[in-house]
Amino acid sequence: MQVTITINGEQVTRDVEPRTLLVHFVREDAGLRGTHWGCDTSNCGACTLWVDGQAVKSCTVLAAQADGHEVTTVEALETADGLDPVQQGFIECHGLQCGFCTPGMMMTARWLLDHNPNPSEEEIREAISGQICRCTGYKNIVEAIQWAAEHPKTSEVNA
Amino acid sequence: MTAIEEVPLSPAGNPIGFGNMKRVEDQRFVRGQGNYVDDVNLPGMLHSAILRSPFAHAKINSIDTSAAEALPGVVAVITGKILEGIPRPSLLGDNFAWMPTLSYDTQAVLATDKVRFQGQEVAFVIATSRYIAKDALELIDVDYEPLPPVMDAKKAMDPDAAVIRDDKGQTDNSITDVHGHKSWESGNAIGTAEAIAKAEADPDCVVVTQDVMYPRVHPSPMETCGSVAYLDKVTGQLTLYTTSQAPHAHRTVYAMVAGLPEHKIRVISPDVGGGFGNKVGVYPGYVLSIVGSIVTGKPVKWIEDRNENLVSTSFARDYHMKGTIAATKEGKILAVDVDVLADHGAFNGVAQPTNYPAGFFHIFSGSYDYPNAHCKVTPVYTNKAPGGVAYACSFRITEAVYLIERLVDCLAAELGMDPAELRLKNLLRPEQFPYTSPTGWVYDSGQYEKTMRVALEMAGYDELRREQAEKRARGEYMGIGISFFTEGVGAGPRKDMDILGLGMADGIELRVHPTGKAVLRLSVQSQGQAHETTYAQIVAHELGIPPEDIEVVHGDTDQTPFGLGTYGSRSTPVSGAAAAVVSRKVKDKARIIAAAALECSPDDLEWELGRWFVKGDKERGKTIQDIALLSHGSLELPEGVEGHLEAMTVYNPPNLTYPYGCYICVVDVDPGTGQVKVRRFIAVDDCGTRINPMIVEGQVHGGLADGIGMALMELIAFDEDGNCLGGSFMDYLLPTSMECPDYELGETVTPSPHHPIGAKGVGESATVGSPPAVVNAVIDAISPFGVRHADMPLTPANVWRAIQGRPVRVDMAVE
Amino acid sequence: MQTPAPTDYVRATSVANAIALLEEHGEESRLLAGGHSLLPMMKLRVARPEMLIDINELDELRGIKIEGDEIVIGAMVTHREVLESPVLAEHYAIFREAEKVIADPLVRNRGTVGGSMCQADPSEDLSAVGSALKGTVVIENSSGRRTVELRDFHEGPYTTKVEAAEILVEVRFPIRPGAGSAYEKVERRVGDWPVCSAGAYVVVSGGVVSDCGIGLTAVGAEHFCAPDAEAFLIGKEPTEENLRAAAQLASDASDPSPDQRGPADYKKHLANELTYRALVRAAAASQGA
Repeated sequence: MQVTITINGEQVTRDVEPRTLLVHFVREDAGLRGTHWGCDTSNCGACTLWVDGQAVKSCTVLAAQADGHEVTTVEALETADGLDPVQQGFIECHGLQCGFCTPGMMMTARWLLDHNPNPSEEEIREAISGQICRCTGYKNIVEAIQWAAEHPKTSEVNA
Repeated sequence: MTAIEEVPLSPAGNPIGFGNMKRVEDQRFVRGQGNYVDDVNLPGMLHSAILRSPFAHAKINSIDTSAAEALPGVVAVITGKILEGIPRPSLLGDNFAWMPTLSYDTQAVLATDKVRFQGQEVAFVIATSRYIAKDALELIDVDYEPLPPVMDAKKAMDPDAAVIRDDKGQTDNSITDVHGHKSWESGNAIGTAEAIAKAEADPDCVVVTQDVMYPRVHPSPMETCGSVAYLDKVTGQLTLYTTSQAPHAHRTVYAMVAGLPEHKIRVISPDVGGGFGNKVGVYPGYVLSIVGSIVTGKPVKWIEDRNENLVSTSFARDYHMKGTIAATKEGKILAVDVDVLADHGAFNGVAQPTNYPAGFFHIFSGSYDYPNAHCKVTPVYTNKAPGGVAYACSFRITEAVYLIERLVDCLAAELGMDPAELRLKNLLRPEQFPYTSPTGWVYDSGQYEKTMRVALEMAGYDELRREQAEKRARGEYMGIGISFFTEGVGAGPRKDMDILGLGMADGIELRVHPTGKAVLRLSVQSQGQAHETTYAQIVAHELGIPPEDIEVVHGDTDQTPFGLGTYGSRSTPVSGAAAAVVSRKVKDKARIIAAAALECSPDDLEWELGRWFVKGDKERGKTIQDIALLSHGSLELPEGVEGHLEAMTVYNPPNLTYPYGCYICVVDVDPGTGQVKVRRFIAVDDCGTRINPMIVEGQVHGGLADGIGMALMELIAFDEDGNCLGGSFMDYLLPTSMECPDYELGETVTPSPHHPIGAKGVGESATVGSPPAVVNAVIDAISPFGVRHADMPLTPANVWRAIQGRPVRVDMAVE
Repeated sequence: MQTPAPTDYVRATSVANAIALLEEHGEESRLLAGGHSLLPMMKLRVARPEMLIDINELDELRGIKIEGDEIVIGAMVTHREVLESPVLAEHYAIFREAEKVIADPLVRNRGTVGGSMCQADPSEDLSAVGSALKGTVVIENSSGRRTVELRDFHEGPYTTKVEAAEILVEVRFPIRPGAGSAYEKVERRVGDWPVCSAGAYVVVSGGVVSDCGIGLTAVGAEHFCAPDAEAFLIGKEPTEENLRAAAQLASDASDPSPDQRGPADYKKHLANELTYRALVRAAAASQGA
């Protein structure tokens, strides 16, 4: 079947099997390999991206379901204004090591901050509780998101 | 907090030397621009999938692949029979169906005669897409004849147990190591037995014996294992992109397995999404991707599912330990004796130095001063996946530390003594270093009591004990657990340590370009450790070149010198030392060149960071950048001195380094439900010199999460029918942000006396040291119920059952 | 990653259209709601529908509203919407407490109430909530709608009263003025299925329990409820002794199987302990504590 998904603002139209998972569409068909996957069972969250602005596990959505919808991936975080504060926070606070879970973590972090600009530590921990990191023990991820909350994008401040 | 020597900052704001520096690697990772194996796509590339055995033990009568081959999109289906027909001109066998393990055993690439664990590789499908390859698996018809599986290691040597390795002509399930022994001993058996017997007879002494199981767990890096193989038939060149912690060692193994000339093999380990020992072994899947490329003439990608990763690749531990500790009633430890039954699974595939069939387990005497220690370790085959040494274990020091730290707490309970006080009474003293342990290790340096007192102070230990007493009085159960661990990391030296005959020493090359920028080529492999950052800092520290001017190259056997790779926390102790040594070689050469340019004797020159100058005339000097240009220029050099500024070295460590630490965990236990909440975790590590404290602390954080995971939830158990009960992330539970507390880190710094920059490895310290702290805390919490020990994982059910006095057996299915 | 077997896909344009599509494609077709139960089973190839009928675009199945003395939750309402609903929070704390411990935030963003109910996992938390609150579900087919009590909804593990060519369109709960409610769950780790969960509502009036409901999940309680325990409490003061006795009756209603989450005796113990804790908090809430 043919699907058209707007990924990071660009329409991507491909012929795919109906069973194609969104994570595979994004990686293999759209060629955006920043979105990873790490399990079979919707537990690890490495595949987290946004569908219509909502953070979801893209291993548990069919590409067909995203037909006509908007998908946002880690590749969209950096803009002409530079890195997103979440990205910068992960660098500043050593919020990553092997980097494999990082895109998913950052997409959840951005989604959280867009809905809750000043989350408590508990709220941050809860927000990322569906995602596994094997390297950091989470402490620095939490601090990275706190850093991003304390350094909002200029446009956010203006808004 | 880390006390960092003031170092100058580079133009980019980085420390020219040691100190916190943002990671070079992060720039690509935060943009989603990492390049992991599954991101590799070659023109014409095919995909693959492995059919795995549903049985733990079964004879294969026949395999019918015709329906799978007929599926559109399927390019080839390979079975063990086909592999048997592919000649392999190598010393290790004559065909592709079997391959050597890292412990001189053999392992089936694809099963031919029978399957020996659930999840074993049976057939390999190559197709135009991952989805089609998976579809084809369902069309392969295998006629299995189930055999009784051996799932309980304690019954593996029963006379009526099924024989697993009949392929080797075995008549039982014993494992004979490369030295011809069926069990392996270390320490003083007679002296230890005598000391324990004497203590048993002495009313002023106590003897405590405890069974302690370290169950089977799994490293589970977020990226599963995989590879992309391409054999160019015209040039004979094999390129293998793979998830490897040891690209050079893997290349040599492939040369042995495939009989391919080693100079025609290029192994590339791109960004690796975590390893933790899971990516040390050579798995059938890697070999099959190579075979697939040989058969199809195209690049073939193989990427594991998580289920495949959990059920077939290197697990860790599975040690059934019985420990006996003897002490005086004043709390002076006299002797420890240990008997271990080691479950190695169906193939002896442990990745460890050849001379150490039980890894470094015999460091179990720990951080304490006593003369008599002895262990006996007996491995057996079972119908489970092979492995045993993985998951940041420092070659089984995890098991050793867990055992001794549990025994010390059991002893404290027996004596009615505070576990902190008992430890302080027995810790090795600074003047005892270098200390030769009762099992022959030579600990390099340590200030154990100082470190422990820092931890106690940070924890507010006395106050915690007061709080605990108050809470107990009103029926609340909090626990405080202490662990004091000594690690030994940085294998070799090469004379003592090898894997498959490859000595554990590592090469390194440093080249300074004419403009003073440099490239450093490493044999070791980052899986998240940030080698591109810290190695640049080592060179910066030695030569004064800004770290941003130093490119660190790793992960490509065509681009880097030979070495044994990254595991067992060996990068900094071995390759980090190599980086310092090679920098000093360049510095020495720079001195000669500077002297020639300054028309003086090299002896007249003095070094300050980044610059040689004439003693007594500081203005007269040459920077390392000046010297680099001069070395490539027309300056006349002294006789015998070659141009250019570069050096290489192979570092053969004189000894391991011995990082250590004291961890304190505080938990709250709900006895009504058995739930455990980790409230605080204090970790004081001494890993000698810290190159980049931020990165050191990050590694400690990760290891603490591992410890919480293993102590509370991680487990691969099996039922009696041979089914793996931990084959997905729904069943194999890893800790989330909610179970992990806001760790409190401290440090002491006792440099290694034999390491060029005094650094010790730290990558595994917290994984090794933290499980006993958590378990000791939980047991401490529920000790009022008469509990002295319960096996990990301390799930709510297991804690509750321990409180009821009916502990569960953790390694088999819950009944 | 494991991948689904081949399937076909069609997007329903209305509830009536979805029913027509179900009738057209027959037994091998399945409705695709949030997909967070079905797609994982398809990846494991345990479920292999030949046709997926996507109902995600059906806004008529969304929304949480009050109709008369009932709360109505549309089948396609997500777990997150339940968690954050002020309407539900006003009437029943149990929704928020249960949703907070169902799966994880990302799954809650996509997983739906109707999907969870129809999956009918024997460890489903929402099933315990639904049974505790004695809710009803509305099922639609081509001949109209019918209402089924949630305590009569489950035929067994993974099977419900929803027949082929039928859609669960909404779940309804009676509003009970003065009710307090609570949910207790023990899980091995955040995001895991429960070892056992218990939920309850209690209405205390005149110092005695005038109405109550108890739901249990993951412990084999028939229809996820404990009617003997409820009957016992009616007319009694919510004392520790009475609540303990009711909790024991709830435990007696359970029939758990041992698995890697725990042995049967532990789960039976939890059914008791968690019921008690839920009853204590629910009764306290009802009394304005």
